[in-house]
Amino acid sequence: MSEHDFLAIAPITTVAVFSLIVMLVDALVKKNTSLMQTLSVVGLLGGIGVAIWTLPKSLNGFNGLVAGGGMTNLFDILFCSAGILTVFLAKDYLERLGGHFNEFYTLLLMATSGAMLMAHATDFITLFVGVELMSICFYVLAGFLRRQVRSNEAAIKYFLLGAFASGFLLYGMALIYGTVGGTGYADVAANAATVEMPFIFWAGVALMIVGLAFKVAAFPFHQWAPDVYEGAPTVIAGFMSTAGKAAAFSAFIIFLNSVYGSGVEGTDRVQILLAVLAVGSMFIGNVTAIAQTNVKRMLAYSSVAHAGYMLIGLAAGSPDGSFGIIYYLIAYLFMQLGAFAIVGLLENEKGCNLTFDDYKGLSKRRPGLAMVMAIFMFSLTGIPPFAGFFGKYQLFKAAIGAEMTWLAICGVVASVISVWFYLGLVIAMFFRDSEEKQAEGGTLGGLSTAALAVAVVGTLVIGFLPQAIYDLLS
Amino acid sequence: MTPQDYLPLIVMVLTGIAFGAVSIKAHEILGPRRPSKEKESTYESGMQPVKTAHERFSVKYYLVAMLFILFDIEVVFMYPWGVTFQDFFDQGMGTLTLVAMLLFIVTLLFGYIYILKKGALKWD
Repeated sequence: MSEHDFLAIAPITTVAVFSLIVMLVDALVKKNTSLMQTLSVVGLLGGIGVAIWTLPKSLNGFNGLVAGGGMTNLFDILFCSAGILTVFLAKDYLERLGGHFNEFYTLLLMATSGAMLMAHATDFITLFVGVELMSICFYVLAGFLRRQVRSNEAAIKYFLLGAFASGFLLYGMALIYGTVGGTGYADVAANAATVEMPFIFWAGVALMIVGLAFKVAAFPFHQWAPDVYEGAPTVIAGFMSTAGKAAAFSAFIIFLNSVYGSGVEGTDRVQILLAVLAVGSMFIGNVTAIAQTNVKRMLAYSSVAHAGYMLIGLAAGSPDGSFGIIYYLIAYLFMQLGAFAIVGLLENEKGCNLTFDDYKGLSKRRPGLAMVMAIFMFSLTGIPPFAGFFGKYQLFKAAIGAEMTWLAICGVVASVISVWFYLGLVIAMFFRDSEEKQAEGGTLGGLSTAALAVAVVGTLVIGFLPQAIYDLLS
Repeated sequence: MTPQDYLPLIVMVLTGIAFGAVSIKAHEILGPRRPSKEKESTYESGMQPVKTAHERFSVKYYLVAMLFILFDIEVVFMYPWGVTFQDFFDQGMGTLTLVAMLLFIVTLLFGYIYILKKGALKWD
């Protein structure tokens, strides 16, 4: 063991240690909520700090179990940022809905460290530990409003299906281990081209794609997403659909890069498979979202479509594609988390006020919120000055660069479909009046305002930073 | 290994399935059936069933079971560590190995303090 080992996992260690500290504070200190919040934010900021510090290095630790530096650390920063925004939004929301337990912060930090471990993993064992650490925390967090039936339903559905998907992931790992003779990605890269039974190897890869596609909620493994996002606390749904998705994509990128890099024959078939998943996710997600009347379900189905856009980057299988995914994930973090934040603000104690009808005339009642929500909706649609457009541009460019122009065209068509419901919500907010008096939802606290401000600034600014992020990676 | 090498395995699996299916079906066709009230009860020669087993259990049982698994696993990890400790010690990595295990135990200790303070072990 050397200092390299510990530097490689330093960002994870920081967040994990703080999650334990927060847990001890919960047990030992009375009247501790604000202290726990402060410590959570400090821990996540510490994680970001350490990740920035080790970003320029290229680290390998614990005999190839983990890696650090570069793209991996950028993912760390992304997860921690999502965590901080969620902490800011959580207090008001959970107190209003009667589900404010201190365990929230411990679980959130542990889920974040699990996501970070997924990004750092260069070995199947590490990857699996990361997946489970993140998922188990998510199962609990999804059922956090424990007096609400739909929250419990979300938790149990997510748990059963998630455990099933973990089985696929593990079986895939086992088959790959059996053929390449090691659990490390390095073994895959070195031996995949010369395996004796390529069929078994590809079956393993396919099973791993199934497991990871479930975690990113891609077609045809997306059915859990709307139910879980609808039932889970809105702040957690926002965190799951951004950080959770990003974590699975980070693992996806690193794993597939080792397969693509091994020079094994038949990677073009994997690319086609991923392209099919991408097209299915984009169209099924967007078309189904049109039919939704509940805004949370609409956002859930559209998040399936966003997973589809990002799968384009994987199908392209080029560095450009990976960069497109990271860039899109950063943009997506701000716009999706922001949209969920506003949905959470408007949601009332009984868990209603979530349909399109409830949003009618919002611009008259709460003009500021309507304005901000409109920005997120425009960005999610992919309308130019906002981040979503530039993210999609990078992904479609990668597809064209990989001679998959048809995939880019499918992406554009799917984006056009999504105009229907995203702008439908904007029209409801600005150009429709509600007949009856609406329940107003929560007041905008200081922390929530700060989080929303960060999300808006992120959505506006990220669009102009592709070069900066590109330089950071190379 | 070629796919042909798996042939005996497949034959065995098929034989197993066939044996099971044939036994069940043959028992149904060949065996005499003289049902009586006594025979159809849950335990033919045991205690009288009092009521259905679909009943609520106290959540404390689950809690205790979960905590047991948690600390059971701690010991499971300590066994291989204990076996290989001498090798690491001989190579001069004794301190490092000891610290690694201590870190693990301290992490679990945090969890123990948490459940203790939260009253998970209060039994009433």
